[in-house]
Amino acid sequence: MGEDNVLVMEHISKAFPGVQALSDVQLTVRPGSVHALMGENGAGKSTLMKVLIGMYIPEEGEITFLGRKVKIENTQQALRMGISMIHQELSPEPYMTVAENIFLGREPLGRFGLIDKKKMMAETKALLERLEIDIDPNTVMRNLSVANTQMVEIAKAISYDSSLIIMDEPTSAITEREVAHLFRIIRTLKDKGVAIIYITHKMDEVFQIADDITVFRDGRHIATVPASQTDRNSLIAMMVGRELTNLFPKEDAPIGEVVLSVRGLTRNGVVDDVSFELRRGEILGLAGLMGAGRTEVIEGVFGIKPIDAGEITVKGKRVDIKSPRDAIRHGMALLTEDRKLTGIMGVLSVRDNMMIASLSSYSKAGFLNKRIIDETCAKEKTRLELKTPSMDQVIRLLSGGNQQKVLVSRWLLTVPDILILDEPTRGIDVGAKSEIHRLMSKLAQEGKAIIMVSSELPEILGMSDRVLVMHEGRVGGIFDRKDATQENIMRAATGHNELMAAV
Amino acid sequence: MALKATGETRDKNQQWGRVNAFLGKYGIVLILLAMILAFSLLSEGFFTARNIFNIIRQISFMGLIAIGVTMVIITGGIDLGSGSVLALTAVLATSLAQIQTSATLKYPGLEVPVIVPIVVALGVGALTGVINGSLIAKFKIPPFIATLGMMTVARGFALIYSNKPLSQLTPEYNFIGQGALFGIPFPVILLILVAVVIHVMLNNTPFGRYIYALGGNEQAARISGVNTDRVKIGVYTLAGLLSGLAGLVVSSRVGSGQPGQGMGIELDAIAAAVIGGTSLSGGIGTIWGTIVGALIIGVLDNGLILLNVDQYWITIVKGTIIVVAVIIDQRKNR
Repeated sequence: MGEDNVLVMEHISKAFPGVQALSDVQLTVRPGSVHALMGENGAGKSTLMKVLIGMYIPEEGEITFLGRKVKIENTQQALRMGISMIHQELSPEPYMTVAENIFLGREPLGRFGLIDKKKMMAETKALLERLEIDIDPNTVMRNLSVANTQMVEIAKAISYDSSLIIMDEPTSAITEREVAHLFRIIRTLKDKGVAIIYITHKMDEVFQIADDITVFRDGRHIATVPASQTDRNSLIAMMVGRELTNLFPKEDAPIGEVVLSVRGLTRNGVVDDVSFELRRGEILGLAGLMGAGRTEVIEGVFGIKPIDAGEITVKGKRVDIKSPRDAIRHGMALLTEDRKLTGIMGVLSVRDNMMIASLSSYSKAGFLNKRIIDETCAKEKTRLELKTPSMDQVIRLLSGGNQQKVLVSRWLLTVPDILILDEPTRGIDVGAKSEIHRLMSKLAQEGKAIIMVSSELPEILGMSDRVLVMHEGRVGGIFDRKDATQENIMRAATGHNELMAAV
Repeated sequence: MALKATGETRDKNQQWGRVNAFLGKYGIVLILLAMILAFSLLSEGFFTARNIFNIIRQISFMGLIAIGVTMVIITGGIDLGSGSVLALTAVLATSLAQIQTSATLKYPGLEVPVIVPIVVALGVGALTGVINGSLIAKFKIPPFIATLGMMTVARGFALIYSNKPLSQLTPEYNFIGQGALFGIPFPVILLILVAVVIHVMLNNTPFGRYIYALGGNEQAARISGVNTDRVKIGVYTLAGLLSGLAGLVVSSRVGSGQPGQGMGIELDAIAAAVIGGTSLSGGIGTIWGTIVGALIIGVLDNGLILLNVDQYWITIVKGTIIVVAVIIDQRKNR
């Protein structure tokens, strides 16, 4: 039966200490098809893909690739066989050029076994031109924007001429224009018979590009269906095991007095004269395209990066915020965008990660009150339905969604008045996403003021009382809930009306 | 049938998981016990109360420094200067503790209570740490470079201060390294005391947890409100203070302060920390692990000497053990 398929994985099981990551999982991919893998964080999608490229060795299971039974023991072997992968977390060599990155580990050699730089440059140029990616092969990677870095990674994966390309959330860092570009590339690859495994949380993308969809839940295979024979709601039902009524349930909350006022915030070159107010019970959405300066505003308000001009007033008092410590002291909390880089402390325990921002309030005479800390951790675990074998578990071993819950806990334990959430649901599955949305509503009702940065328009529209749209470092517009339409926001975000046609 | 097989494998995996967890936690203690057993069988003189005390006293200087360097490594840093700081504090302290009839008397006519050399050694040690920490935190100098600088600078100052041994010290001063309380050598008491205090600090105070947080993810720690600069300076200061304490203990143990003392001791201390499971990538490490690591080095040195093994071979064995310890550590954290 496996003759016609590019890939057949059967009875795959893989365990980590305390977690059965995959149990008896199967996956079949047809040539020239796009096969979407869906499921909540921790459902096992990424683990299965790491098994496929030899990063993990499963305890059990069989892999048939191009009609032959194979044992894949490392990524080089997978590449040689014709399986390449675009990883979710970008990992370029920052000080190498685009060409050097693409040919890393397989540099064309010339005379005396030295690298043939001319050939490498020419081939990279040809590759990028073929894919219509407008980047100079000589650019040093660290000078590229996140979106362009992602495009280089995509080009690199394609350059191996693989029969199967795995794309693990390839669109999480790129704008809609680049997504359209990627989809054009994918269609060309399909025509050549290349199969693609596409991992994403974005429903729109799935229905645009996928031929088949496989859903995982809790490390198990739930179903494989043709994309044409299913819809959004039944997919969500399969992923979470229940029907979801409302994805974005911002409930009414009494709006109170102004707690945060920002006037003329400027960071030379990135943020220019940004002013806004934030009230108790309010959720202020911060929208804008990639690179518009949303995160940069947040960094200025929270004292991560120094500001060049501007006034910040908290609860009527002018404050001087020079470091995150100052911001926290004035009742602010910040859930950062990049969980791994600025959020979790990977090798530390769940307990340490949860308590780090509020340790001083949990100590007496300079010593930690361990009994109360343990009680607090237990309470938080129940409240957030945190899945961890114990509080001593190293946080790195939890799934992304559970790591995010620990970080939410970390900040709520500081009892903040102002919560800043930078892409709080990015890369998170539907179930955890709606949990976080529900929590945000509840916090607003309790009188917290919330700033939510998000790249997803439906999320911005659903959750925000007001929307501040950033455009090239400036305020492109501020809209009340009733005026915040997709069109208004996109117009403000692009700063031009003619771009509306493209959206 | 297939399901049953899966279930069995899972049980087996869990069992192995438990065995691995046990070995990860106590494997290093088992290795130490095995070494003690082996040397006891091979050499008659090894397992005697006198020799065991000897070993512990021998490692007490290095152990003090290893405790400091463990904290530094947990933050993701390194301290290469501790041996030189030991020498500098040793010559400073002994110059203030010589008896008037000493042949190498530095300050004729100067007689001060023993607390003065103690405060000077600890103070200067701490000061070197403040300098290290400030260079690293404020000037963003990599710890390797900052402390490499301190290594040569402090040694230079020690040599300038006195290019000959400062000997014939007061009995009060000599008590630090040679005395005993309740039959236990005083350096051993000091080591245990310091180990307990630092252990409690690391586990039961916010500052202790910040040290781990710094090594776990400095950016995340800063955003969570940790004053990362202050924690860094604090840790290097403590490490410097402990180097100063080691300077006191060593010089009073041998009865003289010498500018060449403590040469290479920082490497043994780093080795003890690493053998004891401290991760050079930061965020992981315990004081008990380091003490066991120091004991392993001490037992190895002592046992091999008792067996008349060539000194050169001892260094080869030590080097190999350090590398093997790191390999085990890497596998554990994968």
